[in-house]
Amino acid sequence: MSFLSVNHVTHYYFSKSKATQALKDVSFSVEEGEFVSILGPSGCGKSTLLSLLANIIHPTEGKISLNDQPISTLDDSIGYMLQQDYLFPWKTIMDNVLLGPKIKKTTESSTNEKAERMLEEVGLHKISTSYPDALSGGMRQRVALVRTLITDPEILLLDEPFSALDYVTKLTLEDAVADLLATYKKTTVLVTHDIGEAISMSDRIIIMDTNPGSIKRMYDVPLELRNERPFNVRRHPKYQRIFDKVWNELNTKSIIPTSSKIVGDQHG
Amino acid sequence: MAKKMKNTPHEQYINAQRKEKRIVLSWQLIIFVSFFVLWEVSSRMHIIDPLLFSSPSKVVALLQTKFMDGSMISHVQITMFETILGFLIGTIGGICIASLLWASDRFSRIADPYLVILNAMPKVALGPIIIVALGPGMVSIVSMGAIVSIIITTLVVYAGFKDVDPNYEKVLISFGATRWQRFKEAVFPATLPTMVSTLKVNVGLAWVGVIVGEFLVSKKGLGYLIIYGFQVFDFTLVMSSLLLIAIAAAIMYKIVEKIEGWLMKHTS
Repeated sequence: MSFLSVNHVTHYYFSKSKATQALKDVSFSVEEGEFVSILGPSGCGKSTLLSLLANIIHPTEGKISLNDQPISTLDDSIGYMLQQDYLFPWKTIMDNVLLGPKIKKTTESSTNEKAERMLEEVGLHKISTSYPDALSGGMRQRVALVRTLITDPEILLLDEPFSALDYVTKLTLEDAVADLLATYKKTTVLVTHDIGEAISMSDRIIIMDTNPGSIKRMYDVPLELRNERPFNVRRHPKYQRIFDKVWNELNTKSIIPTSSKIVGDQHG
Repeated sequence: MAKKMKNTPHEQYINAQRKEKRIVLSWQLIIFVSFFVLWEVSSRMHIIDPLLFSSPSKVVALLQTKFMDGSMISHVQITMFETILGFLIGTIGGICIASLLWASDRFSRIADPYLVILNAMPKVALGPIIIVALGPGMVSIVSMGAIVSIIITTLVVYAGFKDVDPNYEKVLISFGATRWQRFKEAVFPATLPTMVSTLKVNVGLAWVGVIVGEFLVSKKGLGYLIIYGFQVFDFTLVMSSLLLIAIAAAIMYKIVEKIEGWLMKHTS
C-alpha cells in the first residue's frame, strides 16, 4: 500500500463547444517522505494533475487516495503552494502565515510562536508585522511556504513555486526549501518545466506527455544525488548526464532540441 | 557661497514646482474674481436681465439676511442630511446586493437582465412612483438619493468581486475554506479599493436624486428653495440656493475624498 496513489485518472475540461481531455489514464504512487517531480512541457496537464491532488477540482474518472482514503473526504491533509506566492496584500506577514489555522479554526496559543519559529527557520527575522509589499519575491515565496507548512499537511504540493523568481533567488530558495522539507520530513509533489530543478530536488521524476496529458516515463534519480542539497546536485559530475537523459526522454517524439531552448529551460 | 548652495538641481526642481503652483493658483483666482465681477457689472448695466440672473451683491445680501434670521440654515441642514443618508443607503445597499449576487451564481444570472434594465433607466423618472408609494415626505426624497446610486454601485462592486484573482480563493480552498470564509478573507477585502472608488461617484449621484426629489415634493431644503424661487420669480433666491448647493456639494466631495484616501491607506 502506498501513501498517495493515483489510479487511472482521466480529466476533461468542458466548454460549450468542446470537451478537452487534459489527462488520460494517469496512474502513479508516491511513498511517504518521497519527493516526486512531475516534469513536462506546458499544456501537458501537470497543473491540472496538481489541482486534482489538491482537491480543488475533481477528476472526471479515476480515484486518488491518501493513506487508502479518497482525498475528496479529506480536507486538511494537503498543503498546496501556487506558482506565485499569493500572499494577501492587505494582511501582515503574520496574519498571512496564520491564515490556514484561522480557516481551519485550529489556532492555539502556541500557533503564534510556531509561526515565528518557522519564519526564522527560512531566514526571515522580525518581519511578522510587515506587509507583503515590503518583501522581495524570494522572501514572499518563503512566507508562502511557511503558510503552507504551518498547518502540518501530510503531503505538500508545489506548483512551479520558483518559476516567477530570478535565477539566483531560485537556486537559494531551492536549497532553503529542501532543508525545510528534510527537517519536517514532508512528502512532496513538485510540478515544474525545469529539468534542472526536477533533478536537483527530487527522488523520482515523472515525465509527462502532451495531448492528452499522460505519463511518458518515470525516472529514479540516483541515490547519491538524492541526499545532496539542490545546489550541489547541479554541480555534481553526474548531473549533466542525467540532464541529457531526461532531456532526450522529454523530446523523443517531438522536435529536435535547439541550443537556445536548452538554455531557456535551464534558467527556468 | 550660500547663494551657490541654493541652486542645487533639487532646489531648482522645487522652485520650478512652486512657480507652477503659483501660476495655476493665480489663474484660478483670476477666473473666480472676474466671473463674479462680470456677473455684477453686466447685471447692473442691464447687459443681462437683473430680474432673471440677479447679481452677486443681491445674492450675498439675501444670504446674509436669511442666515441672520436663521431661516436658511435649516434648509441647508435638511438637504445635507437627506443627501448623506441617500448616499449611505445607496452605497451600502449596493454592496449588500452585490454580495448576494456573488453568493449565488444562479441568482446573479437570474437578476442580470433586470439589473441591466434598471441601470439603463433614468432613475429620476421613477420619482412620481416613489412619491406615490412612500408618501410626499423625506422618506421619498432619501429614497431618490439612494436609488440613483444603488444599481450602479451593485454592478461595479459585483464586477469587482468577479475580478478578484481566483488564486487567492484557491489558497483558501486548499485550507478547506467555506464559501463565506472565501468571501470574508479574500473577495471582500480585495474589492475594497473598488468600493472606495464608488464613494466619490455616489456622493454626486445622491445630490442629483435628492434635489430632484425636493423639486417634486418637499417643503424644505435647497431643492425646494430653487423651485419656490422659480415659481414666485425670485431668482436671487434661486441663485443663492445654487451657490449653497455648489459649496455644500464641494465640501462633501472633499470629505469623501479624504475618507477615500484614509481607507486606501488602511485597506490596501
